[in-house]
This record gives sequence, C-alpha cells and structure tokens, in this order.
Amino acid sequence: MKSIDELNLPEGCRYAEDHEWAKLEGDKVRVGLDDYAQDQLQAIVYVELPQVGDSFKKGEPFGVVESVKAVVDCYMPVGGEIIAVNTALVDSPQLVNESPYDEGWMIDIKPTDLTEMDTLYTRESIKEATLKRMEEEDQ
Amino acid sequence: MRYLPHTDDDISAMLKVVGVDNLEELFSTVPGDCLKKEPLNLSDPLTEWELNQHMASLTANMATMPEYKVFVGAGSYEHFVPSSVMSLLGRSEFVTSYTPYQPEVSQGTLQGIFEYQTLICRLLGMEVANASMYDGASALAEGLLMAARITKRKKVAISRLIHPHHRDVVKTYLWPTGYEVLELPYSEDGKTDLSALGGMDELAAVAIQSPNFFGCVEDLTALHQKASGQGALSIVSFTEALAYGLLRNPGSYEANIVCGEGQSMGIPQSFGGPSLGIFASRMEYVRNMPGRLVGKTVDQAGRQGFVLTLATREQHIRRERATSNICTNQGLCALGAAMYMASLGKYGLRELAKLNYDKAEYLKRRLRESGLKIRFDSPTFNEFVVEFPRDFGDTYRRLLDQKIVAGLALAPYYPELANHYLMGVTETKTQEDIDTLVKGIES
Amino acid sequence: MKETLGTTGLVMNEPLLWEKGGKGRCGFSMPRRDVEPSPIDEGLVGPVPDFPELSEVDVVRHYTRLSQWNYGVDTGMYPLGSCTMKYNPKVNEKYAGLPGFAGAHPLLPPSMVQGALKLMYDLERFLSEITGMDATTLQPAAGAQGELTGTMLIYAFLRSKGEHRSKFLIPDTAHGTNPASVSLCDFHPIPVKSNEDGILSPEAVAEVMDEDVAGILVTNPNTLGLFEENIREISEIVHGKGGLVYCDGANMNAVMGIVEMGKIGVDVMHLNLHKTFSTPHGGGGPGSGPVCVKKHLEPFLPVPRVVQEGETYRLSSDYPQSIGKVHGFYGNFGVMIRAYSYILSMGPDNLKKASQLAVLNANYIKESLKAVFNLPYDRPCMHECVFSDKRQNVHKITTLDMAKRLIDCGFHPPTIYFPLVVAGAIMVEPTESESKETLDEFIETCKAIANEAEEDPDALHAAPKNAKVQRLDEVTAARQPCLAD
Repeated sequence: MKSIDELNLPEGCRYAEDHEWAKLEGDKVRVGLDDYAQDQLQAIVYVELPQVGDSFKKGEPFGVVESVKAVVDCYMPVGGEIIAVNTALVDSPQLVNESPYDEGWMIDIKPTDLTEMDTLYTRESIKEATLKRMEEEDQ
Repeated sequence: MRYLPHTDDDISAMLKVVGVDNLEELFSTVPGDCLKKEPLNLSDPLTEWELNQHMASLTANMATMPEYKVFVGAGSYEHFVPSSVMSLLGRSEFVTSYTPYQPEVSQGTLQGIFEYQTLICRLLGMEVANASMYDGASALAEGLLMAARITKRKKVAISRLIHPHHRDVVKTYLWPTGYEVLELPYSEDGKTDLSALGGMDELAAVAIQSPNFFGCVEDLTALHQKASGQGALSIVSFTEALAYGLLRNPGSYEANIVCGEGQSMGIPQSFGGPSLGIFASRMEYVRNMPGRLVGKTVDQAGRQGFVLTLATREQHIRRERATSNICTNQGLCALGAAMYMASLGKYGLRELAKLNYDKAEYLKRRLRESGLKIRFDSPTFNEFVVEFPRDFGDTYRRLLDQKIVAGLALAPYYPELANHYLMGVTETKTQEDIDTLVKGIES
Repeated sequence: MKETLGTTGLVMNEPLLWEKGGKGRCGFSMPRRDVEPSPIDEGLVGPVPDFPELSEVDVVRHYTRLSQWNYGVDTGMYPLGSCTMKYNPKVNEKYAGLPGFAGAHPLLPPSMVQGALKLMYDLERFLSEITGMDATTLQPAAGAQGELTGTMLIYAFLRSKGEHRSKFLIPDTAHGTNPASVSLCDFHPIPVKSNEDGILSPEAVAEVMDEDVAGILVTNPNTLGLFEENIREISEIVHGKGGLVYCDGANMNAVMGIVEMGKIGVDVMHLNLHKTFSTPHGGGGPGSGPVCVKKHLEPFLPVPRVVQEGETYRLSSDYPQSIGKVHGFYGNFGVMIRAYSYILSMGPDNLKKASQLAVLNANYIKESLKAVFNLPYDRPCMHECVFSDKRQNVHKITTLDMAKRLIDCGFHPPTIYFPLVVAGAIMVEPTESESKETLDEFIETCKAIANEAEEDPDALHAAPKNAKVQRLDEVTAARQPCLAD
C-alpha cells in the first residue's frame, strides 16, 4: 500500500468521501476512482458501469468495482445524468489501476446542480482526511 | 475412545500451560446459568462390532436391488456405478479435504471440478457450469431467483410437469421474497401447454423440465421462442441427466439457464441424498450465477493450475448482496459425476442412454400388448405413465410381496390421474425382470 | 529451520481428461443388451457429447494422481478456524455405503424403508438432546441452507401472528452466509458491533432492537472463538420486543454436553454435521445442516417429517403451517448415517470430552503462540483462537505469506483474513483430533516461521515451494475467466 506522500492526488480534481474524483470539464463532470481507492483495492478485475441516460442523485451508487477479493460500490460525487461511460474498462479494468485520472475515468455527468462540486474535498482536505484514516487503521 | 488421542499426562501438561486446574475450568467464561447440569441423555457408546450389528439390523429390511425390482424413477434413478468410481471417490485426499481455498494444496479437487464444469457444459451444450448446488430442486429455485435478478422482474412461470417436489422447493424459496409463481398446465400429449403464457406478462423466467415428470420430451424450441418473445429467460430443468446422452441438449435450443438433478451420473440413490444440483448458463450471465466457479490459470513459474474465481459474487465477500447464500455444496458428488462421465466416455454414454431408452420402450410395448393404455403419446425417456384398471391397487400390493415395485402412483401428485402410475426402467432391469413384471400385472 | 514435517515427494503431472485417451476406449462395463433397439424420432436426437475416451486404467491413474495433489485431514493437521476439520471415522463411510442404505429409493412405501426412517427419527432425537431443543429437521443440505430454513421459520412464525418485520440483527463477527441467508427472506441485515472484549454487549443490542426487528442471528461461540457471555440478557432484550433468537451452531463443537442452547434463550439453531459430527467435507461438500427448534417453531418445520407410530415409522406432510420443502427428498441422508454412527460410537461422555479437548487444544495453542503472534483478544477461548499478522507487518510479511509457508512445512494453513473485525486474521481451530505431539510440532513450526519473518522474509514471500504449484495468478483468472475447456 502507498504511503500518504506516495499518493497522487492531482490539483484540479475534487474528491468525495469514498474516494471518487470529480473534474469539471466545460459543462460536464468527469468521474473516476482516486489513487487511494485503486491502491487499496489492488488489481481491479471488473468494472460495472451505468447506462448512458441514467440519472442519479449525489451519493447514489452508479457502478461497481471488483478486485479478486473485494467489491465496492462507486457513488455519484454530484447528481446528474450519465452522458458517457468509459467502455474501455469492460475489457481493460486494469486501466483504473494504471491510469486512474486519465484512461481509467469511469463516467461523464451532466450535473443538475454545479454547486454540489463545492461540497467535495479539495486536494489538501482529502489528503488530510486520508492521513487521518490511515492513522486510525494503523491502531 | 479411539478418536481422542489425549493421554492423562498430556492433559495435565496442557492444562498447566493454559493455567487452569481441570477441564471444567476451561469454560470459566461461560456463565453458570448457561452450563448444562445433567449429562446428555444418550445411550452408552457402542463398539465398532456392536455398531456393525446395529447397522445390519437397520438395513436388513430395506428394499433394494438385487433382491427387489424397483420400477420407479421420479427424480431418483437406479443405475450401475462402476467399482472403479466408488473406489476413486473413496480416496481420503478427496473425501477429507475442505473447500479449495488454498489452491496450492487443493489442485486435485480444483482440476477435478474444472473437468466436471467442462463435461457438464459439453453434456448440456452450455457455456458455463458451476461447481454444484445441493440438488436439482434448489438448483431450479436458484435459477429462478437468478432470472429475477437479471430481468428485474418479480413473476415466474413454471410447468406443472416439473417434479412436484422441485416445485414445492421453488415455492418455499420464493415465498418470503414476494415473487409470484405461476403454474403452466399440461396438455393431452403429456407436454406443457405453453399457450397459457399468452395471459402472463412481466415474467422473469419460464421453466420447463425435459424429460418432464411424466417422462415426456418437451418442445424446447417453443419454450425459448415464447420466453424470449416476452423478455423472459428460458430455464430448462431435468431429473434424469442421462437423457442428454441421447437427446438434443438444451443449449442447442438456446436455453438461458439449465439446471437439474445429476444423481444419475454415478451417484448412489441413498434415500434421496446426497445427490447433485447441476447449474449451467451463458457467459453473459456469469456474474449473476450462484455457487462456486473454478477457473484455469498459471502459477508464478508459468505452470498450469486452477483456482476458485469470480468469488465476489459469493456470500463471503458480497454478504447480503451475494447471488446466493450457498457455501458448502455437493463437491464430492460433482467429482464422482465427472469420474462416471469420464468412465463412460462419448460412445459409452450414448450406448447406455440408448439402452435405457430401449428397455423402457420394451416395457411400454409389452404393457400395450397386455391391453393397457399408455396415457401420453409423446416420446419419453426412461419413464412413462400407464393407466391401470381401478382395482390395480390389489395387484400392486401383491407384487410388493413378490419384491416388485410396479411404479409410482400419480394420484397423490395429480389428483386427476387416479389409477395412473409412473413406470421407470433403467439398464439395471433385465428383459427377464421386465417380463416378470408384466406377467405379474397381467395375472 | 530444522527439518519440517513437510518435504518433497514425487507427484505426477497429469493432463486434463480430454487431453488423454484414445478413440474407442471405454472405462465402463456396458450392461448386456437383451432387448431390441427401438426407433426414435431423429429430430429429438442430438450429437454425441464430446466426452473423452478412456480405459478404466486411464481413469484410475488420472484421479489417483489428482488426489495426490490434495491435502486432507488424513494427511495431517487441518486447523481451519470455523470449519472443525476433525477426524472423519472410516467406519462411518462403510455404513453409508451399505447397499441397504446406498441403494434405497426415496419414494418406496414406508414399510420397505423402516431402517432409514428409524435412523432419521433417532438422529433427530439425538440432535435435539445435544442442543437442548425440542424438535429437529434434517432436511437442509448444508449450514447455509439450515440458516435459510431457520430464518424462514422465524418469518413464518411472525407471519402467523400477523406480523411483518423487515430487519434482522447480525453481529459484525458473523459468517458471510448469515447476511446472505436473511436477505433471501427479504430481511434487511442490521449490523451490531461487538465490544472491546470481542463479544456482544446487551447495550449494543438494545440500541438497535425495535419492533421492526424479526430477530438476531448470533454465532455462539462466536467467530473470535469467544463465548457470548451475555446471551441470556441479549435473548431477553430481543424477546422483549417480540423478536426471536437464531443461533448459528457452526461452532457447536466447543460446547457439546456443556451448554444447553435451548435453556439460554435460543429459539432456533442449525448444526453442521460436516463440522461437529465428524462427517467429511468432501472438498466442498456434501454437508448437512439440521435445524433444531423450540416448541413454538415446531409447527413450521419443513415437510415431510418422520413420525413414529408404535414400533413403525412413516413420513407425514400433515402440517398445515409448515414452510414446505427445502430439499427434493429428505436431505443428505448419506451424511446423516455418518453423524448417527459417530454419535453412537462416542456416547454422551465422549461427546462432552471431545468438546473439552477441542477447547483445551485451542487454549494450548493460544498460550503457546501469543508470544510470537499478536493476539487481539487475550481471554480464555473456546475451540478456536484468532491471531493477527500485526507484529510481522513491520517486516513486510503478511498473514498470507505465513499461511503459504505453513504449507511447505506440512500443515494446512488456518483460516485467514476472517473474521473481518481482525485485520490480517489468523484463525486456528485445532479440533480434539490432534494430539499434543502434533500441536507441539505445529507450534514449533509457527515459531520458526515467525523467526523467518524477521530473518529471511524473502523465503516467506516465495512460499510455497514444496507444493504441486506455486502461488497462482488469481488476477488473470478473474479478468479473463476460463471456466471450461
């Protein structure tokens, strides 16, 4: 597992409690799993994505990511309509491990309320929260 | 007691390490009001030699072959099992091992189950088979639940010609879920009346048994067409797996899920269990399948090996959202079935299935010649329904005294079929046995 | 490390079934064809399934070689926590194979199967006595099906009183089957946290217990190997709100003849005959999961039930409130024979002794190994104890590494990474079958491995080396599943 300083948490992304990242690109929000989440899961073997056209509220599950011995739900960092999904993940789920912020993106959302972005963690605050979580787990 | 290795000295030495004075003290964390005061009220232990006697007395009056000629199938079939299969299956490395969670020391079980999955796929014409379910009945119930998950619908239609016990198990499993179970009636030809589907909508699955409880081979082309036409999955179940040594397999009719009872494949009848729940489907549905799956892979040195895989579907990982709660399955029975199928091989399987068919047809012909009515005209495998005169009950009891069981009365299961009996014949019955039965029925 | 139990030996490579054999071979003695072939509608006939063609010798060699790649209880100690891998007596196998049992058709008239019915009737009584419950069904084919049956009995009981509750309490130490089973009954599992001692506190239960909770599913002793000391108080809390208490009896091997479940508030429980009652696990099954209940749940038990009338027995389905059937016939009868034989061979005193020795063995291991492995709950345990890899983590050694190294040394690994409440759990259940010499050898081996973790961690990362295969690529197996050839 990576240490806090080894984690790649790029500037320009916002982060949710469950370690989804969200990035505003024009009028859409692109979403994926952050470096901490993919590192905890280890080798990802399967990604289940929603249908384009589905709509979910902030905090609702939109997909599932599986490693060999774990399975996690992915939650909407902001509410909205799914306007694109990364179909490359169907055959190459390892992209989430290899390139979590680029080739491993999961969905594009047309957000219903852009101000929801402001409720998410920044790079600095997610790093702080993650460090706290690591320390707790160490005890 | 020969199963308990501890000497008094061992016990004293170990108690000392633990830091207590006697065995009772080990239970100090059990509150006094939880402790049992009186000894268990069970009989004193029997020696091996006394137990031999006792078991012999219990089995003395059990009606089994070769003394008894039992012409009953109905979900449990008398087939010859080669000594080689029984001997191999008795190897303690197979018998006394656990579920293969540690693949490096379980390759025997794992390769054996991978081979079983493959042979089942080839037998049924399907793409993926799991490592087994408890029996044909629970396999069917799980198949219907799987279809409900896939289609997100809450209603299923099952044929009235599915084994009555299997339908009972389906109803039990589906009862608390609130899913609706509709029954499809049967027609005069002894096959499911699929026209009843016309009035049913929003079905998750349509399930049919073939050969059905009356032994008749069902129209699986129509099943899949009608089911898929309504957006439902087609499920084919069976109780006599050997039939698919002869008949066109369900996969060739595009069935979505195939499940059934595999006891015929080299597993002793054993008063109904343990048997083998066979479960197969299409790769597109694999992540919705219940039960364990073994997959082929390689080790760090690049050598072929096998592991349990796609385990995220299962209860120990996905917990309340698992595809099933099943953990322990019928692994050893699945391994035995693979040994049996391997022993028979291609042509052995075909020849044995045809022999079963021919023997049943021989009995059918003889009964027709005696003036009895074979109730349904459709082709059958191993089993068929005969209508007897009203006073046949007396004949049936007289034959029992002669150690012949002349079929299974159908009235308890199908009240409209008074005096109808389901006759079952396999390769264990000789022509002479069949002739004796017919003579007994005639006299 | 000094020479261990495990060593290398010659095992054979063996291809897949269909990679051997020759055209025209058959390993089956085809019964005599004494009837003429009958015509069949060609439209119904399919192509011959693509099965291998092997002689009897081919088949025998194949499976004998495969068997030699397996580790079993007959090979050595199998300390899998929660699985009770005790010795499986040979004589039980003989009885299960008696032609009178193995050849019996399940739908024969009762007069022709009296021996089988008597065996089932008596086994039900034995299990009721051992658990202190009032009635037993033998129908469930495994523990998880027993759980499902037991949960359905609760569902049916509540329904009969016009109640429809939606929640079920499940402690955080539960087996995965527990939440999966209650969800099949459409109950929503509500987790209950165990306390710092590793057991349930009455307060934690009281906090989540309300009139929408159908019951609680407690494993007792629990999966940390600890007796749920507050079980009576917890039962009162649950009963007070109209709920029922389900006990997962997977760990009954700790308390036979010692705790009477029926007297401590349990309404329904299941047993695993393939754990406590010595029947073999068969590399995955078949098992058997009888369910024992108190009087108020008896009317709901599955049908048919075995009833005694004078000296004879018959099957009756005349129970209008029954939940129905959970098995095509009566359950795994062949497994019942073995458990029945075990109980008769042991008798009351030896059953109790077995539990005492199982608990002695676990405590002996706990005391002997707590100096080398972290022991998160340092209290007297029942039949199993749970360590973790915390001390070895500093050397980048995990539970998995040590488990694999144990294989090289000739032991089956313990249960690992369960229960989930202990990170890196190592769950050891020695059972009463292991002698002091075997336990001492296991303890010495574990100490040597802990030592290696400090001095030669690479040896552990590379383990196992003596097994038929090394660690397998599970990632590729899951990404590109090959489930049949």
